[in-house]
Amino acid sequence: MIINKQSAEAGTIDAAFAGGVLFRRDTQAIFWNNHQTAVQRMLDYDTLIGRDLPSVAAIVSATGSSRFGKFFFGSSEILIPIYKSSAEAVAEHTGADVLLNFASFRRAYRITDEALGIPGIRTIMITAEGIPERHARALKLRAGELGKLIIGPATVGAITPGAFKIANTGGTIENIIASKLHRAGSCGLVTRSGGLFNELAHTIALNADGISEGVAIGGDRFAASGFVEHLLRMQANPAVKYLLMLGEVGGSEEYRVIEAVRDGRLSKPVIGWCIGTIASHFSTGVQFGHAGASANDDAEMANTKNEAMRAAGIHVPRSFNDLPEIINGVHSELHAEGIIGDITEPVVTSLPEDCQTALDSGRVRKRTHFTCTISDDRGEEATYAGYPISAVATPDTGFGICDVITLLWFKRRYPKWATDFLETVIKTVADHGPAVSGAHNARVTARAGKDIISALVTGLLTIGPRFGGAIDGAARYFKLGADQNMAADEFIDHMSERGVLIPGIGHRIKSKKNPDLRVEGLKHYAETHFPATPLLDYALQVERRTTRKKDNLILNVDGVVGVLMVDMWHGLGYAEEEIDRFIDSGTLNAFFVLGRSIGFIGHILDEKRLGMPMYRHPFNDILYDVPLKRDEP
Amino acid sequence: MAQRSIREYEGKRIFHNDWRRHFGQFLYAFQAASVASGDELRALASGDTHDWLNQVPLVVKPDMVFGRRGLNGLVFHKINTPGDVTLDDAARWIDEKRAETTTLLSGQSGILSRFIVEPFLDHDSTTEYYIAAVMGDATDTLSMSVKGGIDIEENWDHVRQVEIPPTVTADELTAMIAAAVPDDVADRDRFTLFATDFYRFFRDQHFTYLEINPFCLDGDQVYLLDLVAKVDDTAGFLMDKRWGPLYFPTPFGMKAPGPEEKQIRTMDEKSGASLKLTILNPQGRVWTLVAGGGASVVYADTIADLIGVDELANYGEYSGNPTTRETRVYTETLLDLMTRNPDPQAREKLLIIGGAIANFTDVAKTFTGIIQALRQYRDKMKTIGVRLYVRRGGPNYEVGLRNMQKAGNELGLPIEVYGPETHMTDIVRLALSA
Repeated sequence: MIINKQSAEAGTIDAAFAGGVLFRRDTQAIFWNNHQTAVQRMLDYDTLIGRDLPSVAAIVSATGSSRFGKFFFGSSEILIPIYKSSAEAVAEHTGADVLLNFASFRRAYRITDEALGIPGIRTIMITAEGIPERHARALKLRAGELGKLIIGPATVGAITPGAFKIANTGGTIENIIASKLHRAGSCGLVTRSGGLFNELAHTIALNADGISEGVAIGGDRFAASGFVEHLLRMQANPAVKYLLMLGEVGGSEEYRVIEAVRDGRLSKPVIGWCIGTIASHFSTGVQFGHAGASANDDAEMANTKNEAMRAAGIHVPRSFNDLPEIINGVHSELHAEGIIGDITEPVVTSLPEDCQTALDSGRVRKRTHFTCTISDDRGEEATYAGYPISAVATPDTGFGICDVITLLWFKRRYPKWATDFLETVIKTVADHGPAVSGAHNARVTARAGKDIISALVTGLLTIGPRFGGAIDGAARYFKLGADQNMAADEFIDHMSERGVLIPGIGHRIKSKKNPDLRVEGLKHYAETHFPATPLLDYALQVERRTTRKKDNLILNVDGVVGVLMVDMWHGLGYAEEEIDRFIDSGTLNAFFVLGRSIGFIGHILDEKRLGMPMYRHPFNDILYDVPLKRDEP
Repeated sequence: MAQRSIREYEGKRIFHNDWRRHFGQFLYAFQAASVASGDELRALASGDTHDWLNQVPLVVKPDMVFGRRGLNGLVFHKINTPGDVTLDDAARWIDEKRAETTTLLSGQSGILSRFIVEPFLDHDSTTEYYIAAVMGDATDTLSMSVKGGIDIEENWDHVRQVEIPPTVTADELTAMIAAAVPDDVADRDRFTLFATDFYRFFRDQHFTYLEINPFCLDGDQVYLLDLVAKVDDTAGFLMDKRWGPLYFPTPFGMKAPGPEEKQIRTMDEKSGASLKLTILNPQGRVWTLVAGGGASVVYADTIADLIGVDELANYGEYSGNPTTRETRVYTETLLDLMTRNPDPQAREKLLIIGGAIANFTDVAKTFTGIIQALRQYRDKMKTIGVRLYVRRGGPNYEVGLRNMQKAGNELGLPIEVYGPETHMTDIVRLALSA
């Protein structure tokens, strides 16, 4: 279901807050920033109070690429359109007259200033904290000139219970119900702090009948709309029977309220308290609470303001801890006088629970589709086999690349003799020149203008039984021979009976007299550092027999790598079955793939660097044996 | 934060950085040295950049964001006659001041540790002007006087003021200022031009207060003798280049932040969440670990109200959905300070883990960080004796509270856990009456 643009009865700005009501059941907002949790909370609130029309008409996201956001509205899903600018969104959704500005402090000023210039927008809420004061002041003054209302900056928002709530105001659905924010009560609540707004809404629900409307004006020095503006509006709203203002140390906003009480503009009972009495104990320097909460003189001290409020006939508790009592007192009195009636509690529409929430709380369980035993990306930092990346990444951690490979491939850190061996293997197999078939294919693909991934993959796809597969084979067959206690001669016979060339034996040029130095190096390393090399010894016995037949039937580099891998795993204490599983799953081949990728990438980059043209194989290098055929006429 | 005082040296540096852009018709020679000791001054004088220190008579003032230095006798400009202070004299004076405690007329006292050294200006012949701008609720106020200097307050009736609305146009601005320039200014045109430039500089550089008292005009040459400035630090992201790196000093006489407070401040600056910590009395009995800027103040109020401010060890808050790691480090820092020494009267210490009903902060997540820290400090807490009182509501609070109770039981720490049904500050009363 796509929410159609809503053409609500467009009222004038004066009519907007007629009757002092901030929001109605058909109020719709444009949400600036794709803040999915907050949008969802608004829509959930809509469900809770039985709104038919989602309170969020559209989202503005200047950077995202999505054109719609998916959200729950009740138990079904809806699409909310996403626009690039507020102006676009307003043009498409003329019924939405509230802009919820969730831009960061860097952009909030510009977004708000722009929105003030859009005729359809009447109310703007700014959540960002730390907007430059000069900018905040400019917004306040301009909004005043235009007759528009800005709530914030640095606020959680406002709510008209039973009609509309801004973003995270009121917190979770459970808290909203517990605080009776799903239906109108009789108190008009204005605070600076968002956290305390929530707290007081709850207190008022416990000690009276809840709130009729509430606004958190925000903690910065320049709240674009202040206590007195909101309280006067609530004075005009017949549904509000008494008022509660929670002020703070610093600023002189509360004195404007006192003035309004004294001159009769505020005639409903007012409960007031200024927090920050602590500040009077400290002469200088300690910043208590919000940016706006810093007293410049005695008059701005919380105690002084509390005294002044008391003197003006405002109900002021002895301390914050005594607030519930005062609230209860004022409410009971108004109730006894018949000014406040009884409220029939509405039936609460139960909200389907999110799968994730239910999971988190342990109320439901869910089967998983995948299992992972090597790394974990759920925490603040991903781990490799339990080690945070930062604990293995930099040189000072003492972890090398082969430590990371063994963590991710074998789930444990191998000792240095083993990781040094693995590094030797990778270095040894990294590249065997441009002519081998894998490298050739990679280069041809690169020259066809393909990207690095396509070219690399072309090279890798060449690896198989004929190209690069000998390591696997050597390990498999030599291990088979050794496991079955075949003597070297027996093994050679066994292989030739099956018509299989022994993988890892034989070299094009190298021979017994002209040994392969890479092989000699690996052998020497293993003899010096491995605890034991039984399979190498076995392979060398085989080599002694094969070289008798022909001088170049030596144990080659694939062969020595294959058998030493097996010796390494023996040395590390793996059981035979585990080693067989390594071989079967292609682990040895994986070292070849990894190492040779280095060479392939080198060749691909080389081709790109040289800017070689597309390769076409010459005719004269192909034997064409295709007889001509002619159709008889 | 918001409005922060900056050093005179920094203020002048900002003037200098942007002088040509704002004060194209005038000249300003930025000659100033900011030093902490006589040695540092001598070192500067022997380098290439501050050769003038060796050549002209000097004037030295402490540069620690307090005013009335003249009235406090802290402007060192003469030994026998004004203008006879040499480099050696200046260095010696700085070291003398550094070695003793200075008490101001206002009663603040402390050690002077930062000084500004400038050429002495023999300005008997020129007028000492006063100019200041301050940002108000609806307008900026520009104040000007020909009777500036040390006696500005006594001569306040000579000060002319003009209220400048933020919507002012360039033409209106010049006209408004021209009309407000005091009658007794000799070169009105030049003064008007400078005052207009000054106001624009004040406004565009996001100062919230800027006072030069006095300054002198000598043809096109401007001398800024004494400067007091506050900037709006929330504009820092816009002013990066223009301000350059700015340091906001601790007010004079106030204890400099300790390493723990600095650590939290650094963490706060790097985080999207808010983390604040001020140690009020390290020997205090009651420690607070409170979520939320508003709630933290209410807890502090309540503690001071019920047992007096002396027992309150710290003020602080965390909010804006900090990560588990951030809450853990924050809590560890607090517990470390709390468990260094037992209570002088051998009473149990009290840890108030409080907060209002959160709007969006995940209570279970932040409590996970706190619990990790409690585990870490279990032994130390047991050694000195700590009782814990918890009260919180908000997203996932049931899980958070349950985990907290479980952790307290497991660790063998006396803990009482309350949810939103208990009034926010009731745990303070409960803790103090236990």
